[in-house]
Formats: sequence, structure tokens, C-alpha cells
Amino acid sequence: MSFDAAATMSWLELPQSDFRARCKLVTSNETISFVDLQALCRMRLDLNQLSSLARIIRARKEHISGIDAASSFRLTILGNYTTHYLSDALVGSAPRHGLVIDVIETPYDQMAQEVFNPESVLRRSKPDAVLLAIDHRQLGIVENLVDADNARAVVARTIELLRSLVDQIRSTMAAPCILQSLPQPNGGWTGSFDALYPGSVRGQVAAINQGIRDLCVETRSPLLDAEFLAGSIGLARWHDANLWHSAKVAQSLDFVPHLAEHLAKVIAAMRGKSRKCLVLDLDNTLWGGVIGDDGMEGIKLANGSPFGEAFRAVQSYALACRQRGIVLAVCSKNEEANAREPFRSHPDMLLREEHIAVFVANWIDKASNLRTIAETLNIGLDALVFVDDNPAERARVRQMLPDVAVPELPEDPACYAETLAAASYFEALTISEDDRRRADFYRNNAVRSVEMRKLGSIDEYLASLEMECALAPFDEVGRARISQLINKSNQFNLTTKRYTEVQVAEIEHDPDAFHLQVRLVDKFGDNGMISVVIFKKAGLEWLCDTWLMSCRVLGRRVEEAILQTVITQARAGGAEALVGRYIPSAKNAMVAEHFGKLGFSLTKREPDGGSLWRLALAEYQDRSLPMRIIGADPGRQIGREQRVALGS
Amino acid sequence: MTKDEVRSKLKPIFESVLDVDDLDLRDDLSADDVPEWDSLSHVRLLVTVERQFKIKFSNSEIEGLKNVGDLIRLVMTKVG
Repeated sequence: MSFDAAATMSWLELPQSDFRARCKLVTSNETISFVDLQALCRMRLDLNQLSSLARIIRARKEHISGIDAASSFRLTILGNYTTHYLSDALVGSAPRHGLVIDVIETPYDQMAQEVFNPESVLRRSKPDAVLLAIDHRQLGIVENLVDADNARAVVARTIELLRSLVDQIRSTMAAPCILQSLPQPNGGWTGSFDALYPGSVRGQVAAINQGIRDLCVETRSPLLDAEFLAGSIGLARWHDANLWHSAKVAQSLDFVPHLAEHLAKVIAAMRGKSRKCLVLDLDNTLWGGVIGDDGMEGIKLANGSPFGEAFRAVQSYALACRQRGIVLAVCSKNEEANAREPFRSHPDMLLREEHIAVFVANWIDKASNLRTIAETLNIGLDALVFVDDNPAERARVRQMLPDVAVPELPEDPACYAETLAAASYFEALTISEDDRRRADFYRNNAVRSVEMRKLGSIDEYLASLEMECALAPFDEVGRARISQLINKSNQFNLTTKRYTEVQVAEIEHDPDAFHLQVRLVDKFGDNGMISVVIFKKAGLEWLCDTWLMSCRVLGRRVEEAILQTVITQARAGGAEALVGRYIPSAKNAMVAEHFGKLGFSLTKREPDGGSLWRLALAEYQDRSLPMRIIGADPGRQIGREQRVALGS
Repeated sequence: MTKDEVRSKLKPIFESVLDVDDLDLRDDLSADDVPEWDSLSHVRLLVTVERQFKIKFSNSEIEGLKNVGDLIRLVMTKVG
């Protein structure tokens, strides 16, 4: 029998039998710790268990400690089938992805009314996103039509309806839509020919799904690919005719947790909470056997062995991740020289040393090594996925570092790659140019830190990087990446305000907003867009609304280049002072003194650790910075160049 | 399976699905008696019973259920 990762969610641990007792323990205090909720929810829960968790979360929402603004999300579900169970399962699954999701359900099968009536539940719900949860039967796609032209007209009308719903939601509510593809119905009409005939229900559903995908691309709306999920699980199991007839639930209750899990992943990606780094064990994970014992000739890796092919499939999966910007690291208990040997000279290795950003092979505890990897890459532990065939190591890491995702693996290595793919830890909303190059950025950073050791002082080092910093106002080309940065930057982020792409577009056109997207190139390569800044113009003062930066370029004095540009523009705009605010979150302690370091004076410390700062423009003197600055002039055009002496 | 065996297997199912403790699963207990037992949890309840006993109910059988006693009798006819 084949292994069934998608249908069993086998990457999650099975819950303890005393789940209800553990729920009660977590809720026994007045305040519920989010960490405890996450521990409950990381297990493989069924719909009943998720519903219990959802009830707790809804009842005690105001009393959950340890969640920040970036972890909260409001989703309104606009559906034409019974979405109640999906809603419960989503609320229950969300902590698994670092989220607390508030779900607002609109009345059953009232999609158009909800969208076009300004007083509707939907229109008053102020969501961060709206999910269009649709079933083909409720869209009227129930008849096989001999007249193919008629079928095409039905399809076109359906797509137009969906388009008008999306347009209206985006324009009246400034909220992005998450569109859901339609699972194919179970069963057919003419047999295989259905797939070729536009009039078949299958043909109509396929055409509508294509229309939905086009609409997603055109409006940059995330897709919840229910069609793919249902196909992975199997249509015969996905559909439940009794449930459809009696309650208009569009999928078997067995698989509602799966749909919710995928939806939670899409939402987590919108909040920038997708994982970023794949950390791999070596022996019996990347190759069969133990390199230290079996040697180069003894390890199994393709070379005609079906057992070895399984490990090559894991490598192939890892390499494909890297190509789209997932950083790879190695964490193995081994002698380093032994561990590196296959990467250097084994002919069947797909992974080579240059693919691995951080390579840790020693005899130290893996939890400590994973911490080192996260620190070296300057990312959080919650950005790591750790793959290890050894259940004891997995348990240990889960216990020590609960934020690291540690997939359960099946006994048979043949199913490792399938399990990792089904777990979909690295959910993407888009693949940007920066994503394609990210793995190299991290690799280059390692090279840069070696360069630094060769040079005497930090200023010499910075000058030697030959940096070029380009600052420009927001524009359409940069919008997707700007929104990505706004939603995923946690550490170097003064206010942790999240804006959707629609809102970024509004800021772009707001005459009272000053905004910058910042790119940095150095002699090792293009770092891409690394910083986003938004100021609100309020008379003689400009108030800092957003200031974030990628941690890749920490210590490069980029923030000073940005300040200099903001000041130049603020002076030209007639302002007299800049006002900065620091809003503390669970992750941004590193920028608590950001404004102070830049020369702002403290005006207020708030009890929650937040602070207010002010800089009088008259007092600021231009500094010389170790980079060439390509600035944005008040006319909002790139081009005014300003050469600043290197170094000194 | 005897009536009481079915009843004792149903008790933890009811408690976990409805999220209530110490439910007295007497024959005349019906949805009217338990606030958590609404039409939505009713669907989850019956699906969970199907999975646990590895049986399948038809909609017409489900429509005929008025209380716990009816459910126990229906389960008994299915599991033999």
C-alpha cells in the first residue's frame, strides 16, 4: 500500500490520548499562554479536537498572552457552502502557524448580497482578507451540457461573477481576497472523454478553475488550491454525498482539518510566517548509511540502489527548495571532514558545499547547533525546519526548541521526500527575483564575514564592499516585494505595522505619505530590496509610520543613508522635525534604541517598553557614509545622484 | 454488542464531540437537553460515531433519530 502523507498529515505528531485533559490544564489559569496553545495544536488533530480548541480560543481571545499584532489576523469567509466546520478547524489550526485567526462567517450562500450591500456582515467585518469558499454545485455547475457553446457561456458568466465579487471587495473594503479552486466532482458522464469535452461538468469545473487562477494572477490574490488538495487525498474520499445532501458541507469532515491547514499556511505566508530555512541531518537522511562507519564507498545514494534513490529524492527536494530561495543548512553529529567529503567528491550527490549556507557537523547537542544556525543566518528559530531520521533527536529538538518545525518521518526513507513536500512548510505567495537569489545572499554573507576578518577596521571593511544604496519612492514594480517585506520583517522593524498590497498601493498615492524602498548592491552582488520606510507628513513634523530593514544588511550604515535622504526630503518639504516611535513586539528588541543611535532625542518612554523620539532638522548635520547613495528627489524621481566619499 | 456496551462506547464520543463532562447518556436524552448539542455538532457527532464503530448511516436513518436510545438501537443493528 502506498504511503499517504497528504491524507494523514503524517508530518505532525499524533496527539496524546489525554487531549481533553491537556486542554483543561491549559485553560485552568485566567490567562492562557500562546505557547501552551501552540504545543496542543502542533499535534495531528481531528475536527472534534480542533473544534474544542477553537471554542477555547474564541471564548478566551482577550486573555491569551504572548501574541503581537503580526500574529493576529481577521478572515471573513464568504461562502456558498456550509463553512462552519472549516471556520472552527481554521481557528484551531492557526496557532500551529504562529497565528490567532478571528474568523467572521457571512450568511450561508449569500455571496452577491453580502458583497453589494454596504450594511452586510461582510462589508462591516473589517477583515485582513476575505476567503471566497465556493462549491461548483452551488455555482450552478451541475449539468453535463451537450451544447459546448452553452457550457462556455455558463463558464464565462461564472468567472465574471467571481471577478465582480473580487473587484468589489478590493475596491470597497481594501481587503485582499483569497480565492479557492474547485475540487473536481467525483464521477463522470462519458468517461475519459469528459476531460476533452467543454460541456461536461468536469470540463466546466476545469475551465472555471483556469479562470480562478487567471483572476488570482491578475489581481495578485492568493489561491487556496483545494482542487490539488482534494486530488492528493483522492476524490472518492474527499466527497461525502450524505453530508452534501443533508448539510451542504462540500467535503468529508475527515478532511476539513486538511483544508484548514492549507488555508492557515496561505494566511501565515501573507503574514510572512512561512519557514525560511531547511536544516538537514546527514546520515540516513541525506544518504543511506553512516559516512563515518561506511565510508564514501559504503553510503547508499542512487548508484543503482532503490534504497539509495530515496535519499537522492530528498536531495532533489532540498535543491528545488533552494532554487526558490529557501536557505539550506546542515546539522549533523559527525566529524566535520567526514561529513563534508560526500559534498565534495561523491559523484551521486546532488547537493554540493556551495548550496549549504551553514554547515555544522560536530558532537554537540543538536538543539544548540540549531540555535547557532539561526543566529548565523540572523533568522528566528520559527523560520527553521529540521529534518532528521532519528526519532530521539526529533523529540529532543521539539522539547528544547518548540518553535523549530520538526516533521515526523515515516519508517521507510522512500517516503521522506513526499512527506516533506506534503507538509509544505515553505508556502509562497509569489516567487520574486529576490527569492531566486536569496540562497546566494546568505552564502555571500558568510563570505563577507570572512573578508571582514582580513581587514582591520569596520570602516575599512565597509568601504571595501563598494556599496551602492538606491532609494526610491514606492512604485508598482516594487509593490509586491514592499508588501512582502512589510509583512515578514520582525526583528529590524520599529512598528511592526502590516499592510496588504492594496494598502501599499494606497500609501503610494497618498500625498501626505513619504515612502522609500531601498536597494543595496555591493561587490559580492545585488542584495535586492532591503529596507522600507514610510513617514506621514503632519504639518511641520514628519511621523515615522514604518521603518524596517532586512537583517542581512545590519551594520552596513544603510539606516544612516536612509535618514539622510529622509531629512533632505523633509527639509525640502518644509518640515522642521522628524518624530519616531518604537512599538515593542516579541521580536524587535534589537531596534529599541534605533532612533537614539541615529541622533534622535527621547521624548517619552511608555510603560509597555515603547518610546517616542524627536529630531530637529536644524540640528542634523550630513555625515559621510561608506557608500554611493542614489537618492529620491522631492520630485519623486530617481536620478539625483550624490557621491559621498568612501570611508572616513 | 449489548446495549450497555454501545452506550459505554458512545459516552466518551459524546463528551469529546460536545466538549462536555460527565454526560448521563440515558435513552431519552436528546439534543434539547444539552446546549452544546446543536445541529452543527450533531453532524460531527454522527460522523464520529460512524468512524469509531466503522459503520455508515444513511440520511434516512439519521432523520429517524430522536434520542440516544434510537441511536444505540441503530448502532446495534449495524454492528450486529
